[in-house]
Amino acid sequence: MSATTDRRPMSGTTSAGRVEIHDGAGWVPVCGYAELTPGRGVALLVGGEQVALYRDRTGEVYAVDNRDPFSGAYVLSRGLLGSRGAVTVVLSPMYRQAFDLRTGVCLDEETAPDGSPAVLRVWPARVRP
Amino acid sequence: MERTDGTDRVDGTDPIDGTGGFGDKDDLHGTDRMGDTDGTDREHLVLVGHGMVGQRFLEALFERSDATAGVPARRITVLAEEPRPAYDRVHLTSWFSGTPAEELSLCPPGFLDEHGIDLRLGDPAVAIDREARLVTTASGDRLRYDTLVLATGSYPFVPPVPGHDAEGCHVYRTIEDLEAIRAGAAGARVGAVVGGGLLGLEAAGALRAMGLETHVVEFAPRLMSIQVDEGGGEALRRKIEDLGVLVHTGAGTRAVTTDEDGRVSGMALSDGTGLAVDLVVFSAGVRPRDQLARDCGLPVGERGGVVVDARCRTADPAVLAIGECALAADGRVYGLVAPGYAMAEAAARELTGGTGSFTGADTSTKLKLLGVDVASFGDAHGTTEGALEVLYANSRAGVYKKLVIGADGALLGGVLVGDADSYALLRPLALSGSPLPAPPEQLVLPASIGAASGPVALPDEAVVCSCHNVTKGEIRAAVHEQGCASVPEVKRCTKAGTGCGSCVKLLGGIVAEELAASGVEIAKGLCEHFTLTRAELYEIVRVKGIGSFSRLIDEHGSLPGGEGCDICKPVVASLLAGLGNGHILDGEQAALQDTNDHFLANMQRNGSYSVVPRIPGGEITPQGLIVIGEIARDFGLYTKITGGQRIDLFGATVDQLPPIWRRLVDAGFESGHAYGKALRTVKSCVGETWCRYGVQDSVGLAIELELRYRGLRSPHKLKSAVSGCARECAEAQSKDFGVIATAAGWNLYVGGNGGMTPRHADLLAADLDRETLIRTIDRFLMFYIRTADRLERTASWLERLDGGMDHLRAVVLDDSLGICADLDELMARHVETYEDEWAATLADPERLRRFVSFTNAPGVPDPTIRFVAERDQIRPGPAPASALIAGPDLEVRAR
Repeated sequence: MSATTDRRPMSGTTSAGRVEIHDGAGWVPVCGYAELTPGRGVALLVGGEQVALYRDRTGEVYAVDNRDPFSGAYVLSRGLLGSRGAVTVVLSPMYRQAFDLRTGVCLDEETAPDGSPAVLRVWPARVRP
Repeated sequence: MERTDGTDRVDGTDPIDGTGGFGDKDDLHGTDRMGDTDGTDREHLVLVGHGMVGQRFLEALFERSDATAGVPARRITVLAEEPRPAYDRVHLTSWFSGTPAEELSLCPPGFLDEHGIDLRLGDPAVAIDREARLVTTASGDRLRYDTLVLATGSYPFVPPVPGHDAEGCHVYRTIEDLEAIRAGAAGARVGAVVGGGLLGLEAAGALRAMGLETHVVEFAPRLMSIQVDEGGGEALRRKIEDLGVLVHTGAGTRAVTTDEDGRVSGMALSDGTGLAVDLVVFSAGVRPRDQLARDCGLPVGERGGVVVDARCRTADPAVLAIGECALAADGRVYGLVAPGYAMAEAAARELTGGTGSFTGADTSTKLKLLGVDVASFGDAHGTTEGALEVLYANSRAGVYKKLVIGADGALLGGVLVGDADSYALLRPLALSGSPLPAPPEQLVLPASIGAASGPVALPDEAVVCSCHNVTKGEIRAAVHEQGCASVPEVKRCTKAGTGCGSCVKLLGGIVAEELAASGVEIAKGLCEHFTLTRAELYEIVRVKGIGSFSRLIDEHGSLPGGEGCDICKPVVASLLAGLGNGHILDGEQAALQDTNDHFLANMQRNGSYSVVPRIPGGEITPQGLIVIGEIARDFGLYTKITGGQRIDLFGATVDQLPPIWRRLVDAGFESGHAYGKALRTVKSCVGETWCRYGVQDSVGLAIELELRYRGLRSPHKLKSAVSGCARECAEAQSKDFGVIATAAGWNLYVGGNGGMTPRHADLLAADLDRETLIRTIDRFLMFYIRTADRLERTASWLERLDGGMDHLRAVVLDDSLGICADLDELMARHVETYEDEWAATLADPERLRRFVSFTNAPGVPDPTIRFVAERDQIRPGPAPASALIAGPDLEVRAR
């Protein structure tokens, strides 16, 4: 299954579409596509875990962990989206590190202060009519 | 004890802004721990005189000692006549416009203690016994010395005309003199200044500012006869007369007449004129104070001055003399501070194992007299044989420029009146004798007619900064060898431009040239998405009326269609908001805001928010305090008083923000914009309403300013304060714009900063009435918003601004760029369209939608935001581990 091919909404379904996230067991509907502001994110509870869901200016959707590994606070959904070269990133609102939304990898620092790798879990996301 | 005004100084640190207050100055008076003998065999150095040069000498001595040896090799006693430590006599006149005496002090707090200097104020030396090496003081103390340094300065020359010592006659040299003039002016109507030199004109300006009809009487045929030539004197005279000062040149003072009580009643001039005056200030030059030296048999010059050699030693090797009391090796007595400093440094070198050398100094000067630029440099009077002159004069504009050119075509000197911008370039050219970079006529023409100038034309040995004696070669080295890539870095590294500041523009030119020459590309652009600066984007948005980020990045970005980033998006959001493009949470603008602006609150370390309602001027009713207290109690928030005189409520979750605002708005509060790059607060002291010392209603003005500028989006946060008197309890001089009340109105200071890099604000204008004050602040703020870089506070903006304060004054007071109408209109629109962002958000269900912890589970609070109790309030608990999932065992809020 390729999640990325499903990121873009099907034509004509933009306002009516809904977003689904794969929690490991199956696709879970989380919110309406129209509820997302281009360039920003929202926080979700998926199976008891906090997920940050974003929509970029081209219409694609991304989902990663909401927890910022550098501060330990659950705030990444409140970060701004940006681009580093061709890569779409989210910028942590706490200490401004950039995370690649396709891989979850932090582009500025390799490890978090607790020694763990600074990589976010990437949750497959798609837009359904 | 210093809180005699009944107000409380807020010295705490603002938790949001990190800006602290300033501590009080240390006691300047060192304790008398060193008597005549301290039981050691350390050499005893006695310095006679604690003026500017004396203080510089002490500093130079310790700078040298620090470098050569750890412990000072000698103990030092300073005998001072005046009742206060050394102060800045060059800027003495600023005392009249409200600069307190303490601020003029040149002796840093702790300096005397740190170096164990025994400063005896008000106890001058009265006799020297060179054989016994004893100095006797006025109080009768006798001090044995090993080395004696005379830095007694000079005294004002008062022509011995009849009546010269009558009541109502003054001189202009010390702070006490100024106090006497101010007291005398209170009951006077007409004042006359005898002497049309630099100090005389400053004194005339002070009398004029105190509301006196003012005359200047000058014996020479023109004003400032030493510095400028006839044409320059004429231009200066017209400018001075435009200010309402009556000028009499070629006129000597024959007598001062008095009434029956012996008080000044008039003056008789040599040209037959009689003036009815109540107050006379003599400013007819100074004479070296060499009486001590004469009395002990040291050789003095024919026209005064203790004779010294190039090492600043007198005929007695144990006695040195420096500054205005000395007759230097080149046979001249220097009345300027820069040569005095050079002598102080030479003497310090001489006494610390080096060899001092002072054989003469450049007497070029540039100053602003009553708002008129006057400069003279090199051979200003064309006395060199075969010298030719190139002139430019525009009587209507009050500009006069003369260059003196040698027979070989080299620049020898010149005079500039009314426009001295080219001084920084011309002076080093004249002193280095290098060939001119352009035909001389182009160097005196106004820029609009095609003046040519450029830093490349200067040779390496040309002195660019004369205050700190920094050459162009040293500036180039700072760029090429020490990697300085900006004017502030070069300033830090070389000290160039940190004195009077007149060379900063030239410095900027040199740095830019050198960077370009070494192939350094200066990335001026905002980020990878825009090669334009914030100021350029501002102009584009304004002129083209662009209303969206999408259009801006598509039409002007380096990657059309790109996503932007956390640098350019908030900048554009701020520009759009500042140029009147609607609520910051509407439409696409919502996506551009930094997280704090996005939620209209300040995110804290655990992801919770703090809420700061506006409390204009720091004035709040008891009922207002109760409401805030009740809200904090009901929502379980931590409360803290901020440095900006308001109350910060911490620990709110996203979903609590709207109900908290609801309660605040219902009680009449509104957003304090603590989250935005916008006006924060206008602090105030209680002012004349309550304080015994206040002279104006500082709280009233602070409230008016805060309500006027609330919500104004800017390149960075803006802080302000209003003090009700010169005691400055509101600390206005550490703010972006600060106002201090005077008896006559308001003084406006700009560009101050606290925080990590404190900067004292500069006086933009003095004694303004309320309307002019507000108009001036309007324009200052709008000009800053229009031209500053992203995250550039007014302090660093001002440091960078071409032409500095003079340019700023020209723009906002004289409309030199012709943009004031625009600036006024923009501010009027801001004031008209302001709305409270909290109330507007509460009124709009669409905007309220985002204030939930989880979009797919509205009503469920964020379980990871936990608090523990500390000192009867909440504080963030430990950050939850990444694996920890929401459970039922949540910490409860402390209630």
